[in-house]
Amino acid sequence: MTSRLRLAADIALAVIGFCFVAPLLWLLLAAVDPQAGYQTALPSAPSMENFGAVFTPELLFQPLANSFLLSAGTAAVNLVAAVLAAYPLSRYQSRFNKPFMYSVLFGTSLPVTAIMVPVYGLFVQLQLLDSMVATIFFMATTTLPMAIWMMKNFMDSVPLELEEAAWMDGASSMAALRAVVLPLMRHGLGVVFIFVFIQAWGNFFVPFILLLSTAKQPAAVSIFSFFGQHGAIAYGQLAAFSILYSVPVLLLYVLVSRSVGSSFALSGSVKG
Amino acid sequence: MTIRRYLRLLPVVPSVLLLLFFLLAPVAWSFYASFTDAALSGRAARDPHWVGLDNYVRMFSDDAFPLAAWLTVVFVAASAVLGQNVLGLLIALLMTHSRKAVSSWVGTAVVAAWVLPEIVAAFAAYAYFNRDGTLNQMLAFFGGQGLDWLYTFPLVAIILANTWRGTAFSMLVYRAALADVPHDISEAALMDGAHGWQRLAFITLPMIRSSIATNLMLITLQTLAVFTLIWVMTAGGPANASTTLPVLAYQEAFKFGDIGYGTAVASVLILLGVVFGAVYVRLLRDQRP
Repeated sequence: MTSRLRLAADIALAVIGFCFVAPLLWLLLAAVDPQAGYQTALPSAPSMENFGAVFTPELLFQPLANSFLLSAGTAAVNLVAAVLAAYPLSRYQSRFNKPFMYSVLFGTSLPVTAIMVPVYGLFVQLQLLDSMVATIFFMATTTLPMAIWMMKNFMDSVPLELEEAAWMDGASSMAALRAVVLPLMRHGLGVVFIFVFIQAWGNFFVPFILLLSTAKQPAAVSIFSFFGQHGAIAYGQLAAFSILYSVPVLLLYVLVSRSVGSSFALSGSVKG
Repeated sequence: MTIRRYLRLLPVVPSVLLLLFFLLAPVAWSFYASFTDAALSGRAARDPHWVGLDNYVRMFSDDAFPLAAWLTVVFVAASAVLGQNVLGLLIALLMTHSRKAVSSWVGTAVVAAWVLPEIVAAFAAYAYFNRDGTLNQMLAFFGGQGLDWLYTFPLVAIILANTWRGTAFSMLVYRAALADVPHDISEAALMDGAHGWQRLAFITLPMIRSSIATNLMLITLQTLAVFTLIWVMTAGGPANASTTLPVLAYQEAFKFGDIGYGTAVASVLILLGVVFGAVYVRLLRDQRP
């Protein structure tokens, strides 16, 4: 490869990279600027004032705790349901397997924003509105199709011979799943858990529609209190809160991509 | 014997129940409610009436729906099919030719916009396109005239913002696909005197065409459902100039309380999803013998 070509590619990429970073500059600079507006500017007197201002139980800790509860709950429900579903699909041949997997795949392509109106109606009818548990189950269902696909792929890579030994010793299939298969796919379980957790953590629309009381709202929704709810927009605090709210998922993403390669999120969809 | 074979499928039941209850039932209810005058409050909220095709007739005679449908098509075509897809492929191709340090740095920048929570990305985009925002500051630096993007060109702003946010997905898909293209094939073409563009058009692209098709389906479906980004940046305005179908469905159902009409709009969106989803499943099934 010629070095001229390489240089041209480097320059083109650097320009693209800059365009992708540019919208984030404001976020980083405004967070440490007590006088922040929409201008991107080096703060004249940089300080942690904005972080200090949002560092209160009601502004920060309660919404983040709610986000954590929602995301961890969603990921847990997902993991249990997906492991159970993946086991027979991975271990036994049945004429239901293929149609089931393809309907699940089809389920991954439903535009979730389109079903929010009927889901709201359903929640009203069953008086589930503002229920954390019901919201968790709904959020778990929207990511379940993807989780089942990923889980089945991970489970397929655990050799069947290991379980046959356990069966010989008289273990039931569920006991073999728990004692033999799951420990061997720890890694895959972690990936699915984190993947679903990240999605739930960033979900705005679902809790926005289904959770009404302020005390239950996750950070994705409570962030609006900085955004002109009381007239003026607290720019610096909005930016500071955004950063504190984003850090956990950024760290989780780094954790997963380090161990699986950055294409982890695609293993369920594109590669099938 | 057959009973045991059915019993083996028992662990699938929790998943099936969840999917039936939380996904299939709402979809079915959506189609049903779209034929009623269900409302958020008032008489029709307690006792909705069957109104036949009224909502659908209204949809096509109303100005808002055809406009929203058209804006959705433009939004998806420009930000997903053109923006994310082409830019993602371009970045992935450039990465195969560039220094490792540059490509990993740019890769991180592109992925960062994608991993950020949607609401944070939406705020950042709002600030960026604001009249006092970074984009206008940069334009002014180069002597350009600043614009009130969110007011004058709201659709352009959300198209660019969605491209910024979603390109990482296409980039990752194409990086994986390009890594799978056997090196000796393009080497051989190079020996035969094929130029860069010819190699791309006649060798590389045909070899990754199944990835291209799958990627196009997935980003189309994702973009069809985008709500938060638009809602934070423009709330569909000014005067419906950036109201896509999800925003319209939300406004009709929750702002104006007209559940029946809102679900009719949502049903159209679900139907679109069903069509694209069917093509997508078809694509994946044909790939595997």
